[in-house]
Amino acid sequence: MTYTSDEMMTVAAARALRDGAVCFVGIGLPSTAANLARRTHAPDLVLVYESGTIGAKPDRLPLSIGDGVLADTAVSVVGVPEIFNYWLQPGRIDVGFLGAAQLDRFGNINTTVIGGDYRNPGVRLPGAGGAPEIAASCREVVVVVRQTRRAFVERVDFVTSFGFGSGPGEREELGLTGAGPRLVITDLGVLRPDPDTRELVLTALHPGVDLATARERTGWDLKVADDLGRGEPPTDRELAVLRELTR
Amino acid sequence: MATIAPLAEAVAQVVRDGDTVAFEGFTHLIPFAAGHEVIRQGRRGLTLVRMTPDVLYDQLIGAGCARKLVFSWGGNPGVGSLHRFRDAVQHGWPRPLELEEHSHAGMANRYVAAASGLPFAVLRGYTGTDLPAQTANIASVTCPFTGEVLTAVAALELDAAVVHAQRADRHGNVQLWGITGVQKEAVLAATRSLVTVEEVVDELEPRPGAVVLPSWVVDYVAEVPGGAHPSYAHDYSVRDNDFYVAWDAISRDRDEFAQWLESIA
Repeated sequence: MTYTSDEMMTVAAARALRDGAVCFVGIGLPSTAANLARRTHAPDLVLVYESGTIGAKPDRLPLSIGDGVLADTAVSVVGVPEIFNYWLQPGRIDVGFLGAAQLDRFGNINTTVIGGDYRNPGVRLPGAGGAPEIAASCREVVVVVRQTRRAFVERVDFVTSFGFGSGPGEREELGLTGAGPRLVITDLGVLRPDPDTRELVLTALHPGVDLATARERTGWDLKVADDLGRGEPPTDRELAVLRELTR
Repeated sequence: MATIAPLAEAVAQVVRDGDTVAFEGFTHLIPFAAGHEVIRQGRRGLTLVRMTPDVLYDQLIGAGCARKLVFSWGGNPGVGSLHRFRDAVQHGWPRPLELEEHSHAGMANRYVAAASGLPFAVLRGYTGTDLPAQTANIASVTCPFTGEVLTAVAALELDAAVVHAQRADRHGNVQLWGITGVQKEAVLAATRSLVTVEEVVDELEPRPGAVVLPSWVVDYVAEVPGGAHPSYAHDYSVRDNDFYVAWDAISRDRDEFAQWLESIA
């Protein structure tokens, strides 16, 4: 079957979730990927939405974070203060799934303002939502974002959610309990932080994507893993389930 | 004890010019009808408070009711940006909008502090981000027991809170269920409160997971069936996703928006 680069990105993101993991899910692509994972290789994935629904098992893709299908199918529905204070803050969540308007070489995320200054921005974005504490407190973070020169910048204009700051040791100094970004999944491939420098390194390309494109669509001098991998294309089953979810 | 009153009277009693007011709801139970009544009554100078300002706040901002927004995520969920909000922030139209920006965890804890009668709340939050540098109500605090440095956020005290719920009884006790967000905290954080409900019933049947607001913490109840539209009321209505999509085009253009405003006049 033929597929789009967005479908490849969603499938790759779904594959990053192991069965049984507890996943804090944002709406949009992360939610699509998490629901795809639950219907394919990870039937026991636990979906937690910031609207307070714990263990939701939606039979269709929720259109918003507070969709009624999440409450109807959840193991428990709690208030918003509780979801952040009792469930996210102490480190009970394995994987936080985040998107980004801008992402930099150290995995910091901006969803606040682009250009100008904070009081007089070029573009005003929606803001933080749950992301700063998801990025801080989940055991690990997976970022899903389309790779473009506009999004992949040397340094984000505003740190909405902290990745590795400007290098090694900063998360530890700040006392952040989660490990930070483990994976960045794009429409071109996969990046992972270097264990020593914490800089994002391209570790795999999706099928049919060439390295030159990945470099071209990165706003910094992209480092590439010595053993650069090549991802598997979506299976027919993955595509069928994904299309059933999003139709 | 709550007074059961028509919507216009209840809004006039609860929301006043210059108020700090929250119309809460986390996708679910958003009090649209009450917000539209605030627009009709021409309230001005409001500090609007909400974790997730979406289409209703775009409407209030575009109508010129607000001078400030206290929030943590402003967008049209599943659709995109809020164009009236952007126009106010980027171009000062129809008037400039001051922002006070938080994370969801910070906002939720600010409501909890106010509901608890405390001056601030403690959390692990905002760490390493650029938000504290822009926002006066975020600070650090040292734990007196362990010496650990944590984040403090100021209590979010409201003049008024407006929420929508499924039911009230004739005494004004309010019951809501499904995704209940921060509605209880917002009502308890406010000096005055209004709850619009789908229906007023003789007796509230117990519901699993329901939040009940006793009559004596609610000032006004107004019966407004469908008062959350295009948001929804669990077990009464479904979210009108088409309206949220249609809002994108309406709100992009000032003239289109003006026509929409006339449609609710």
